[in-house]
Amino acid sequence: MSTYVNASVKKEHDLSQYKGVCVLGEQKDGQLLPVTFELIARGRTLADDLGCKLSCILLGDEIQEIEQVFHRGADRILFVKAPELQNFLPRPYQNAIVKLIQEEKPEIVIAAATTTGRTVMPLVAAKLNAGLTADCTSLTIDPDTKLLLQTRPAIGGNIMATIKTPQHRPQMATVRPRSSKPLPLDCNRTGELIIKEYENATFLTPEKFLEFIKDTTQTVSIEDAEIIVSGGKGMKNAEGFKMVEQLADLLGAGVGATRDAVELGWTTYPHQIGLSGKTVAPKLYIALGLSGKIAHLAGMQTSEVIIAVNKDPDAQIFKVADFAIVGDVFEVVPMMIQAIKQHKEKAKAETCALSS
Amino acid sequence: MHIVVFVKQVPGTDNVKMDPETGVMIRTGKDVIINPLDENALTEAIKIKNSRSDVKVTAISMGPPSAERALKEAIAMGADAGILVSGREFAGSDTIATGKALAAAVRKAGDVDLIICGERATDGETGQTAVMVANYLGIPGETYVSSIEVKDSSVIVKRTVERGFERVEIAYPVLVSVNKDINEIGMPTLKGKLKAKTVPIASYDASGLGIDSTEVGLNGSPTRVVKVFSPKLSRDTIMKRADGTTQPVEELMSFLISKECI
Ligand SMILES: Cc1cc2nc3c(=O)[nH]c(=O)nc-3n(C[C@H](O)[C@H](O)[C@H](O)COP(=O)(O)OP(=O)(O)OC[C@H]3O[C@@H](n4cnc5c(N)ncnc54)[C@H](O)[C@@H]3O)c2cc1C
Repeated sequence: MSTYVNASVKKEHDLSQYKGVCVLGEQKDGQLLPVTFELIARGRTLADDLGCKLSCILLGDEIQEIEQVFHRGADRILFVKAPELQNFLPRPYQNAIVKLIQEEKPEIVIAAATTTGRTVMPLVAAKLNAGLTADCTSLTIDPDTKLLLQTRPAIGGNIMATIKTPQHRPQMATVRPRSSKPLPLDCNRTGELIIKEYENATFLTPEKFLEFIKDTTQTVSIEDAEIIVSGGKGMKNAEGFKMVEQLADLLGAGVGATRDAVELGWTTYPHQIGLSGKTVAPKLYIALGLSGKIAHLAGMQTSEVIIAVNKDPDAQIFKVADFAIVGDVFEVVPMMIQAIKQHKEKAKAETCALSS
Repeated sequence: MHIVVFVKQVPGTDNVKMDPETGVMIRTGKDVIINPLDENALTEAIKIKNSRSDVKVTAISMGPPSAERALKEAIAMGADAGILVSGREFAGSDTIATGKALAAAVRKAGDVDLIICGERATDGETGQTAVMVANYLGIPGETYVSSIEVKDSSVIVKRTVERGFERVEIAYPVLVSVNKDINEIGMPTLKGKLKAKTVPIASYDASGLGIDSTEVGLNGSPTRVVKVFSPKLSRDTIMKRADGTTQPVEELMSFLISKECI
């Protein structure tokens, strides 16, 4: 039924030809997504360390307020413009990016670990026989070799691995969304906008985009929550986990969970925080009965204030906590619920007193 | 219709050791399971097989010789055949090298219409390999799929993306990687278990697959693990011990108020 095309692999790379840092920006319906600006912030540091230019790759048809890309720190925009690129389809995106990289020869290409970045980057890397590291938490330039050091949590829960790509270009990596902050807006910054128009053949594909359906079922979007209350296996069972939800409810917080809690069915996957779940950075993160394995910390350790309750005084979650209570969640959490209720009552009473 | 499913053996626990020198995972072969998302992929393939009359399902695994067990389990769950990709030359393969080897194994399996795999494995967690295979086969690769509608000359998949879902139609042949919303994992059947005893598992090393041994293993891998380390995580932690009184919680409340958290 099918004949396969054997993708050709270029073996020799003249490494010195490759210069500059590129980040892969993202748009939806012509609006730039915030992750674009996070990537630019990361890319800016790398480009400055290497003393080279930072380009932002954009794919789409029309993009509004494209100059924001300059205001947030990029030197150049490489905009592949075509109606076929309005919605994400793996093949046309792959072809366009591959062509662009072959023309521009950047030394480093960074994308977000979103569903788009995590789909198209492996396709591009495979086509170019370049190395790709997924889900990096840190990207730096090695001062001696000038190579990109790509650090990600590795198997085993508590280890980080630093990876490099010595002989292949570009050096490619994806980074978790929300793991860095955009640079402050500088409306005086400008840059060079380069529009690439490729022939139709670039976008030919057996794929057809049918529709986008908005998800309306997820009420608490933990990515946007100011406070998150998270529970782990220490909540014992589904009944115990309800206490996490109760405290969250009281605080108007999102509910988070460890992978173990999700796998036990106490809550659903959209609530999972960590390496294979979501990355969050709320103002307050309350960790209840969870050990704080690296894979979980990867998703929450940049939270502003971290509170932890665990009965094991050596639990790793305490290392990242600002305030820790060593104790049984079934003793401590009901007290917390009580205290917060009282605090709210008092606050209410005060406002009443003021208005009367 | 011919469906290929990739199954990977992964450690059953988080306590995996890494070689501190090379950063390569040490696989002991003890306490291994089939990667859970691969079981979802397999279940989906079997579901399609049961809904049509003309479907053959081949499971492919890359790993040590003992990974044959994963293929036997796949047959017990309803697959028809198994192909093992195994050899010392594959050790240390990164996702690029693994992708090439698996693509070569798919070619050994003959003409394929649909490849289904788990979106990622619980050990490496990269989620890169499957799409790379699609590239090496020159076929489209669709990711994060939570439903597959099989039609005569195409599939319609539903992809779970940020803020919603996308529906995409793709003409065969195509590779899809699935997430855990796609189905409830199936169980081995008695018939399948009996079949697993008799069906021989074909095993290929790199030369058997017709690939140069420099294309796989560490040699064929662009990325190098240069360092593994335990990260430094520290904040100045205020530690209180629960003592049956409300004192620690009161102090916590004062702390939260001082930080303007509540
Ligand atoms: C590649 C990979 C990816 C992963 N991705 C993720 C991910 O995205 N998110 C994630 O969370 N995990 C992830 N994990 C799993 C992670 O390594 C841990 O296994 C998991 O986070 C542990 O969950 P836990 O803290 O709920 O359970 P445990 O580690 O079992 O911890 C339970 C804790 O509860 C405490 N406890 C028990 N009873 C009580 C009580 N009555 N009162 C107070 N404390 C109590 C215990 O002291 C213990 O510290 C991943 C693992 C791997 C290998």
